[in-house]
Amino acid sequence: MDNLQILVAAPVFNLQLLVDGVLIGSVFALAAYGMGLVWGVMRIINIAQGEFVMLGGYVALHAAGAGIPPLATIPIAAIVLYLLGWMLYRAVLFRLVDRDLFTSILATFGLSILLQQIANQVFGANVRSLDSGLGTLSFGDGQITVAEIKLVAFGAVLVLGAALVLFLKTSRLGQALRATAQNAAAARILGIDTDRVYAATFALNAGICGAAGALVAMTWIIHPYLGLTYTVRAFMIVVVAGLGNLPAIAASGAALGIAEQYAGFLLGTEFQTAFLFSLLVVILVARQLALHRQRLYLK
Amino acid sequence: MTTNISKRIARCSALVLAGTFATSATVALAADDTITLGAAISMTGKYSTNGKNTLDGYQFAIERLNQMGGVKIGGKSYKLAIKYYDDESTSARGAQLVERLISQDGIKFVLGPYSSGLTKAIAPVTEKYKIPMVEGNGADRDLFVNGYRYLFAVLNTSDYYLREAVNLLAGQAKKEGKKPSDMRIAIAIENDNFSQDVRNGVLEDAKKYGMKVVVDDKLPPEINDMSATLTKVKALKPDMLVVSGHDKGATLAVRQTSDEKVRVPMLALTHCDSAQIAEKLGRSAEYAVCASQWDDDLSYKDKWFGTAKDYANGFEKEFHYAPPYQAAESSASVLVYADALQRAGSFDSEKVRDALAQTDLMTFYGPVKFDSTGKNVAKSMVLYQVQHGEYKVVAPSKWAQTTLVYPAPGWDPRK
Repeated sequence: MDNLQILVAAPVFNLQLLVDGVLIGSVFALAAYGMGLVWGVMRIINIAQGEFVMLGGYVALHAAGAGIPPLATIPIAAIVLYLLGWMLYRAVLFRLVDRDLFTSILATFGLSILLQQIANQVFGANVRSLDSGLGTLSFGDGQITVAEIKLVAFGAVLVLGAALVLFLKTSRLGQALRATAQNAAAARILGIDTDRVYAATFALNAGICGAAGALVAMTWIIHPYLGLTYTVRAFMIVVVAGLGNLPAIAASGAALGIAEQYAGFLLGTEFQTAFLFSLLVVILVARQLALHRQRLYLK
Repeated sequence: MTTNISKRIARCSALVLAGTFATSATVALAADDTITLGAAISMTGKYSTNGKNTLDGYQFAIERLNQMGGVKIGGKSYKLAIKYYDDESTSARGAQLVERLISQDGIKFVLGPYSSGLTKAIAPVTEKYKIPMVEGNGADRDLFVNGYRYLFAVLNTSDYYLREAVNLLAGQAKKEGKKPSDMRIAIAIENDNFSQDVRNGVLEDAKKYGMKVVVDDKLPPEINDMSATLTKVKALKPDMLVVSGHDKGATLAVRQTSDEKVRVPMLALTHCDSAQIAEKLGRSAEYAVCASQWDDDLSYKDKWFGTAKDYANGFEKEFHYAPPYQAAESSASVLVYADALQRAGSFDSEKVRDALAQTDLMTFYGPVKFDSTGKNVAKSMVLYQVQHGEYKVVAPSKWAQTTLVYPAPGWDPRK
C-alpha cells in the first residue's frame, strides 16, 4: 500500500511506469511478431524464440566488438539470424510442418536447449551488456528518464510492424505466405512452393528476433540462458492478440509491459512474473467463456 | 548373426566392468604416491564461468603444491591430483556425482562445487559417507546450521557480504553530522538462498543502526529488467541502493542505474569482479561499491604462493585472466587440505577431518580457522569502490587503499 501512496502523492511516476512499460513491451512485441507469423503460417509453436533473441544479442555484441557502431549492429544481427533461421528450417523445421503440434513443441524445445548450450560453449556464461552510446532523456528534474535506446526499440516495433504489414499485403511472397496460412494444400495446388514460403517465414521470424536481441543487449543484459523470458512473453502476447494481427500484437505487447511495470512497482518484483501468469490464466478463461457464448449463439 | 552380436556385447561389457573395477581399486588405494581429491564442478550450464574459476583455482594450487614436493605424510611425499565431473550447474547432478566419486571412484577427500545451492545438495552426501569436504564457494549461512561435521568453508558467509556497506553508510552519516538512523536504504536482492542471506545481513545491521528500509524487492531468478524497482528508488531517494543477484544482478544494476540516471549516494553490489563491471561497463560502473572475499592488494601471504599479489600474477600467467576471488578461495581450499593431511599424518578420513577442525593457517587468501560449525571465522570481507575504472579497497579501514567517494556524483557530471 505504501507504494500506491507514492503514485498518489507523486502522480508523475505513473508516467514513468507507463513509458517504461510501453517501451519494454515493444521489445517483447518484436519477439511476438515472428512467433505469430510462424504459428499462423506453419502451425508451429517455436519454443526456441527466446534463443534467437539471445543469439541476436551476441551477434550485436561481437559486431560492436569488431568496431561497428552499436546501432548498426541491429540490422547485422537481423541478417545473421535470418540466415541461421533459413539453415535451421532446412535442417530441422521442415520435418515439423504438418506434424502434430506436440511434436513441434518438443522439437523446438530441444532446439532451444541445443542453442543455449552452444552459446554457452562459444560465448561463455558471462553476463554481457553493450553500451548503445546513446544518452538518456530527462524530464521534470530527473524524475522521468527515458533511455534513448528504448525509443529506438519502440521505433523498430513501429517500422518493422508497418513493413511486415506492407510485405504481407503487397509483395508476391507475402501473398503466397498468406495463401499458405489460409490453406496450404490449396496453395500448393495453385503452384505456390510452400516449402520456400515456410523457409522464408521461419527465417524472417529469426531475423526479427535477431534485431530484438541486439536491442536487448543494449538495453539490458544478455547471457545464454535468458531465452525463456522472451519465449514466454512472446507466447502470451500472441495468445492474447491472436495470430497474424500485427497491430494487436504491438498493442498487447505494450499492455503487457505496462502491467508488468505496475505489478513490479505495487506488489514488488517478486510478484511481477506471478502476476503475469495469473493474468494469462484470467485472459484464457475469459476468452474461453466468450468463445463458448458465441458457439451457443451459432446453434 | 544374433548370437555373434550378443557375444560381442557380452565381451564388451565384461571389459568395461573389469576396467571399472581396476580404476576404482587403484584410486581407492590412493595409487602409490598420489592423493586424489574429488569434486563436482560446473563446467557447463549457468555457473560455467564461476565453475571454471573454481577448477582453475584448484588446479593452480595442486600444481604449485606438487612443484614444491607435494604433501608429506609419514615421512613420504605424495603428489596431489584432482578427479572431477561436470555437474551441469544442477544440484541433483552434483549430489549424484559426489556419491559416485566416493562410492565408485574411492575418493576420500572432497573439494566443494561452485555455489551455495550445489554445496547444499552435496553436503548431505559427504556427511553420509563421513568424508570431509573443504569448500570455498558455498557462502549461505544455512549451510552451517545443520550440525554438519565434515563440512569446512574457507570463506565468509553470505550475510557478511554487505554488512560492511551498512557500516560505511553509518560512518558517512556521522561525517555529515547526521544520525545513522536518518539513513534510508533500498534493497533489491535476488530470491535465492545465497542472495537472501546477503539481504538478512544488511537488514540485521540496518536494524542495529535504526536505519529505515524503504524498498525491499526480491528480484526473480530470471530477472531481465529492474526498472520498476528503480522507479521506486527515484521516488523515495534512499541513501543507499543494495543490489545482489550474482553476475546478472550486478550487470543489470549498473546498466540500468546509468541508463535511467538513477541517482543514489551509494550503490552497493556483490559479484562485481566476476561480472567484470569495471572492465566491461566502463563509466557506468564508476563509484559502485562492491563486496569481495579477497583482493590481491591485501597483505596476506603464505609459504606456497607468497603474497596475494604473487598469487594473482602467477595465476594470470597460467590462465590468462586475473583471478577473481572465486579462484582464490578455491586455491585456499586445496592449501587447507594439504595442511590438514600433513598434520593428520594419515589417509584416514576421520583423522583428516579432526585435523581440519584444528586448522589455524595463514594463506595468501587470508587466515583460516574454523568454528564448530565449519565456517571460517578468522577472515573478513573487503569492500571495493570502482574508481577511475579500477577496484580500490575502501573498507575495512585496516586494508583501505583509498577513501570512499560519497555521495557518488550525479550522472551528468560524469559524462
